[in-house]
Order: sequence, then C-alpha cells, then structure tokens
Amino acid sequence: MDSVKTMSMKEAVSKYVKDGDLAYLAGFTHMIPFAAGHEIIRQKKRNLVLARATPDIIYDQMIAAGCAKKLIFSYAGNPGVGSLRCFRRATERPKPKEGQPAPTDWKPLEIEEYTHFGLSGRLFAGATNMPFLPMRSNIGSDLPANNPAIKTVKDPFTGDDVSVVPPLRPDVAVVHVQRADRNGNAHIWGITGEQKDAAFAAKKVILSAEEIVDESVIRSDPNRTLIPDFVVHAVVHEPWCAHPSYVQGYYDRDNEFYMQWDEVTKEHETTMKYMDEWVFGVEDRAEYMKKIPREKLDRLKFKPAVCTPVDFGTM
Amino acid sequence: MAEYSSMELRIIVAARELRDHESVLVGVGEPNLAANLAKKLQAPNLNMVYESGAIGSNPYRMPLSIGDPCLVTGAKSICSMYEQFAYYLQGGKIDVGFLGGAQIDKFGNINSTVIGAYNSPKVRLPGSGGACDIASNVKKIIIITPHEARRFVEKVDFRTSPGFVDGKAAWRHLKLQGGGPYAVVTDLCTMKFDEETGEMTLVSLHPGVKVEDVQKNTPWKLKVAAKVEQTPAPTEKEIATLRGIDPGKIYLR
Repeated sequence: MDSVKTMSMKEAVSKYVKDGDLAYLAGFTHMIPFAAGHEIIRQKKRNLVLARATPDIIYDQMIAAGCAKKLIFSYAGNPGVGSLRCFRRATERPKPKEGQPAPTDWKPLEIEEYTHFGLSGRLFAGATNMPFLPMRSNIGSDLPANNPAIKTVKDPFTGDDVSVVPPLRPDVAVVHVQRADRNGNAHIWGITGEQKDAAFAAKKVILSAEEIVDESVIRSDPNRTLIPDFVVHAVVHEPWCAHPSYVQGYYDRDNEFYMQWDEVTKEHETTMKYMDEWVFGVEDRAEYMKKIPREKLDRLKFKPAVCTPVDFGTM
Repeated sequence: MAEYSSMELRIIVAARELRDHESVLVGVGEPNLAANLAKKLQAPNLNMVYESGAIGSNPYRMPLSIGDPCLVTGAKSICSMYEQFAYYLQGGKIDVGFLGGAQIDKFGNINSTVIGAYNSPKVRLPGSGGACDIASNVKKIIIITPHEARRFVEKVDFRTSPGFVDGKAAWRHLKLQGGGPYAVVTDLCTMKFDEETGEMTLVSLHPGVKVEDVQKNTPWKLKVAAKVEQTPAPTEKEIATLRGIDPGKIYLR
C-alpha cells in the first residue's frame, strides 16, 4: 500500500505551499526542482518570499510569473551564461522611454541579500536551531549596511567585532533527490548544496525523487541518506523533475537551454510566451517532457561511472 | 613569435602565479582555465576547489558552470555548500582565490553587486555569491580582468568584496583572516599592492605595452614600481596547452 505521504506534485504544492509562504526550493546548480517551480506558477501562488542562494532560472521564471513578493539570495546570475533578465527587470530602475519623463510609480522587487556563506549559514542555523551564526565574512563589505539582518556583535572571548546572521526557517522547502523510499528517506549524491540544511530548517518539506525505491535499498547504504523520512511531509515520484538543471548519474545539465534562456527573456512578453507554452500549456512534468525531442534527451544521458561498493558487515 | 589573444594572455600570466601543492578556489571561465593550465604545467598537484563543494576535481570536460557534474565525477571529495565555506574557506585551507568583477578600485576592492545606487540601480549585477567570503578568507586574492577604464574606478559603487578597503591601515583594523589582494592580472600588465599602503602598483608590463598605455586605461594616477619588469611572452607550450583545455572554445576567445 502506498504511504500517506506519496502524492503528485500538483497535490503536494496545493497542500503545502500557501500564498505568502517563505519557500526555499533547494539545489546548488544540481537537482533544482523545476517541476515544483512550474507547478507553483500554474497554481498561481502569490506573495511568496522566495529564498535560494542561487535564484537560477527557476526563480527568474517565478518572478516573471508574478509569484514573488520578495527575494532572499546570494548570487542572482544565470550560472555560466550571465544575467537573470527577469530578476533584473524587477530590480533595476527603468530607463525612461524616449521623449517621456521617467516613470514615478516604479516599485522594485523587495530583496534581502547575503554572501553564499551568509545564506547557507542562515539555513544551517535554522536547521540546528541556533540563535544566530557568527562568521568571518561581511565585515569590510557594503552588504551589512544594506541588509539590517546582517549584524555585528562583540565576540565575548576576544572582544573583536564579529558578523552574525539570523537563522532561516522556511515555511516550506522543496528538495529533489536521486532516490527515496515511499516515506521519504532520501539518498543524495553529487553536489549536495543546501539540500539537507533546507530540509531540516523548513517547517514543511516536499521531497521529489527520480526513483522511488524499496526501503531495503536505502538501508543498504545509510551513509548516503542525507534526509530521513521524519522531516519529510510529501513524497513525489517525479522523473526529470530537475530539467534543465541536472541529476548526477541520471541526466546532464541542459546547458543549451541555459544559454537560450538569455534570448527567451529579452522582453517580458517573450518570457510569458515561453511560460504559456511550457508551463501553463502543460498539465504536469510528464507532459512537459513529451515536448522535448527524444534525441535531445538521449544526448543528456550519462555513461555509467559506478563507485566501488562498500561493505557494512553483519553478524 | 606565437600569436595569442588578450584573454589567452591574461589566463597564461595568471596561471604562472600558482604554485604546486597550493589549494585554489576556482570560479568558472578564466580562473578555471588558469587553474587547469597551471595543473598541466608547473603545478601538477594543484588542489582545485569549487564553491559548489567539489574538492580536488578532475574535470573530463570544460565546465560551463561551477556546479557542473564533470567537477563531481572523479573528484577527491564532495561536501555541502555550508561545509565548503565553513571547513575549507573559513577553516583557512585555501591558499588562492580568483575573483573578477564589474568594478575594481585602487585598493583592490571589487564590485559585483550594482552599478549606481543600491536601492535603484542602473545595472543590477548578480551579487557576491562566494566572492566576499573568498576575499575575506584566502591567503592570496588574484584578480583577472580586461584592462578597461570603465572597470578600473577610483572608488567602487558598491564594495561587494573587500580588498584593502581605504588603505592597509583600515584593512588591518578589520582583522580579516585572509591576506587580501595579491595580484591583478590584465591584458596589459600585472599589478600588485604596496606593502605599506595597500595601493595597486604596476609591477610588470606585458609584451609591447608601455606605462602610458596602462595609465590611459586607468582613471586615477597609477602608482608605478621603481623597477617595472617585462612579462615574458606566452610560450608555444603554454598556448598549445591552454587551447587543449578548451578545445570547443566554450570560453576561449
């Protein structure tokens, strides 16, 4: 019998993502849960506080679609390509059109900005329930002057100034993994980013997996279980969830798409045309995948590189 | 004499600054090419660390992003994002960090956040990422950048990553554990930083470049070392090895 946690992405987003939530869709370049992002867009969730170290294309899309009230981030670029244009349109002072006065009603997207260490440290502090996290960074940068959440305290031992960041506790985190059992015990390998920290820091966790496996597979290699079932609320079997991002050992990053995104997002209108076709125009991830040519998917498949098995021993 | 592009020149000169057995925090693009070049030449035991948490990578292709799967397969270790910054960077295990940015000033401060005012920017750039953390914690910062007057400014619009701030005295007061900026490698010259004041100082001119050419592209009165050296021209071996690292010309121009 299926566990009560297993459900479709549609059900998971409907049940666990509420308007106004602070949401953290995890994955540092690797295993970014695009299928969840698209479902959030389709369900027209609004006023979300979107947190991610690297907003990447997924948050560029959610910003363009009007889901975001605020962005908490540390690097808002298109990795390896350049800018995130929807993010830039939402934050840059608009240039006045020729012969017209500068617009006066412009309101930028609210932002809260950290360094990578600062934001991953906030999740770590949230996950481990620390009051705040001291760190050897920020001092000497203009970031603290522009983000009141980055504070300086006196080190009680040395008397030196030390920078601190507050814990981050998302209302909901979405984490995609290679394989999990039906209760949400999850095996992750490759770049692990902030997956574990996000899952432990969040109040609710949607976990999606390329493969749902038997519990015995998980128990055969417990060191690889970064997320245990009891922090997980929804388990979604979602193959190709991360495209155009990648899943180590399953499919490669669609770098071609990352480069095309720069062109697609030249204007808000062209961005929304993409959205109409690839997000609103499909029911779910399976339909989205049907639209991608077979040859392309074959090109994204890896050749195997299998690790040497380890022996846990038994009596 | 061998032909090379200005980008190839920057990468080759920067690669010469790396020593065998050093640990280097690598970003994509020019830094990645410089590190891989050094590893194939004078630094076979260079330990390449990526801010995505890949340690001792041995990439089978040219990565487009710092989170590319090729940095994982065959790496020495993979850790989480928090662990990379906490154990490796803040833990003091990284010798060299490569940085670039939209603006660099005469004390080696770098702006990768905004052009214009923070709250209503003319251009919104990606932001720090790990750059500020790297600048604050590595022993040597090496900056690779094209030498353009718009990039070199007397004072950056936004100090994303601290160099020597307003001078070395102010910087010492901050008690950062890193060693601060070490070198700026451009397509015209190599600049290092004055021991006393922390001011950027021209120390070596690349082939065919005169002091006036550098000054023309630097909007403040650039400090020039008492004895300016001549950068040796890229060798055939350096050029061929570099081109072999990026045969598809993903980055090389």
